[in-house]
Amino acid sequence: MTAVQDAPVRSRSMGLSTWLYRRPRARLAALLAAPVLWLALAYFGALFLLLMTSFYTVDDFTSLPVRAFSLDNYQTIFSNPAYVKVILRTVAIAASVTVIAALLGAPMAFFIAKVVPRRWRGLMVALVVTPLWASYLVKVYAWKTMMQPETGVVAWLLNPFGLSGPGYGVVAVTITLTYLWLPFMILPVYAGLERLPDSMLDASADLGARTGRTLRSVVLPLVYPSIVAGSIFTFSLSLGDYITVQIVGSKTQMLGSVVYGSYTTDLPFAAAMATVPIAIMVAYLAIVRRTGALDSL
Amino acid sequence: MTLSRPAKWAFGLMAMVCLAFIYVPLVVVVINSFNASQVFSWPPQGFTTEWWHAALTNPGARSAALSSVLIAGAATLFALVMGSLVAFALGRYSFFGRQTVSLLIILPLALPGIVTALALRTAFKPWLGTSWEWFGVAVGPTVIAAHATFCIVVIYNNVIARLRRMGTSPEEASMDLGAGVFTTFRLVTFPLIRPALVAGAVLAFGLSFDEIVVTLFTAPADVTTLPIWIFQSLFRPNQGPVVNVVAALLVLISVIPVYLSQKLSGDPGHAGGRM
Repeated sequence: MTAVQDAPVRSRSMGLSTWLYRRPRARLAALLAAPVLWLALAYFGALFLLLMTSFYTVDDFTSLPVRAFSLDNYQTIFSNPAYVKVILRTVAIAASVTVIAALLGAPMAFFIAKVVPRRWRGLMVALVVTPLWASYLVKVYAWKTMMQPETGVVAWLLNPFGLSGPGYGVVAVTITLTYLWLPFMILPVYAGLERLPDSMLDASADLGARTGRTLRSVVLPLVYPSIVAGSIFTFSLSLGDYITVQIVGSKTQMLGSVVYGSYTTDLPFAAAMATVPIAIMVAYLAIVRRTGALDSL
Repeated sequence: MTLSRPAKWAFGLMAMVCLAFIYVPLVVVVINSFNASQVFSWPPQGFTTEWWHAALTNPGARSAALSSVLIAGAATLFALVMGSLVAFALGRYSFFGRQTVSLLIILPLALPGIVTALALRTAFKPWLGTSWEWFGVAVGPTVIAAHATFCIVVIYNNVIARLRRMGTSPEEASMDLGAGVFTTFRLVTFPLIRPALVAGAVLAFGLSFDEIVVTLFTAPADVTTLPIWIFQSLFRPNQGPVVNVVAALLVLISVIPVYLSQKLSGDPGHAGGRM
């Protein structure tokens, strides 16, 4: 530092640099100020406002929120069987998507991490990742053409067996959402399996376990946290969807579509409805945390 | 590892089923863009390139694509600055509230899309009528701000991972040799985190370019991004063939970012940066 101080000419930036160098807290404040302010105002503040709005009511004539605390919106949601049904249907779809994605994704991840020769691994991962970059809407659109009743690809495949496709509805929504979020399941499970040393599998085999036993007693418990990590994505993303259900869901309603249908006319109600998936996600994370899966991530 | 032969075959078979599930719909979209029939039906009726010509000269699709590129570019730049700042703060300092800040950054992407969309709409309500004209297309500041907000986490994840791997010794060495805070950043830190910035930027750009859930809630009425254009066209039957071509085109160009990020990271197993 003496060299700097003895320097005959000290430019302004040098002065600032020295000042910053000596004050790590000032450096930290300078780094944090803009992003934290932005997130606090634009997002967190808005989220808080939204939660507040859910306790307001709406003026029937002006469609504007009236600022008086009430639980009316929540009461409407939970006393109306139609809305309860929508919530249950959404959770059921999100849960099915998660289970199907795990059943399809985990073997795929295992295949890439432990079966395929090392030099093919990069290619296989790229094959799984590439569809992530294809547009969300294009993928939903692809399933719209796949599931189209009578003239769709699925119907065409099933016709020779005397079957017709499921058409648009809950099944189409579940398949499409599974398709959309599958890579979010495969990637964390693959990452988890890659960290799992081959020697453990060899040890299990040396101790006399057959393949099935090794998979059940060694691999599954060790990749379970990764599957849970993937399930957070697949569950949360399915829970908040309102586009897919509009395109391939026929008249099916999900939480998101109720919010989408009501936010212009009754913002407090839409806000209350949007609080439901937040509450479900918080509950899901709490359950997941209890299993201890989050600790080992 | 030692797997029995039938087990290997079983896993191989399951992986093939999975890959077929992933790729058949995309292949159908591409084949379908050459389908001669005006309304969709499978199998295709005949081969034509007429729709490709119609789509590539479609003014609506072209200006929507330009609008998406501009919005994604602006959102990425904004997120690059914000995300790097946070990554440095959290990666290089420990302070009270560190966990809270890291939660705050992840929230816009972790909460269900509809929640983020509605929250951002509430925040940006006063500016929803404002739109700028860039290069002849309408661009919404509210959309840029909304996209940037959930892109911050992507940049943050890439930069902080890089900072952790790189440690503090290169910077300390630079400072010991007499370089100031800014010189060290310019000559040492920045070149070292550049790959992470590029990987994060590619990911953020892709995320914004493709976004529909938040966009529908935050776009001013005169702003049409490519996803909004596709979404609206899906409900107009006579647009069908043109949508097919745009969809096929988007499937085909999705190879570019994967190629880019694999090339940039130099690690074939690490594709597409970090979500």
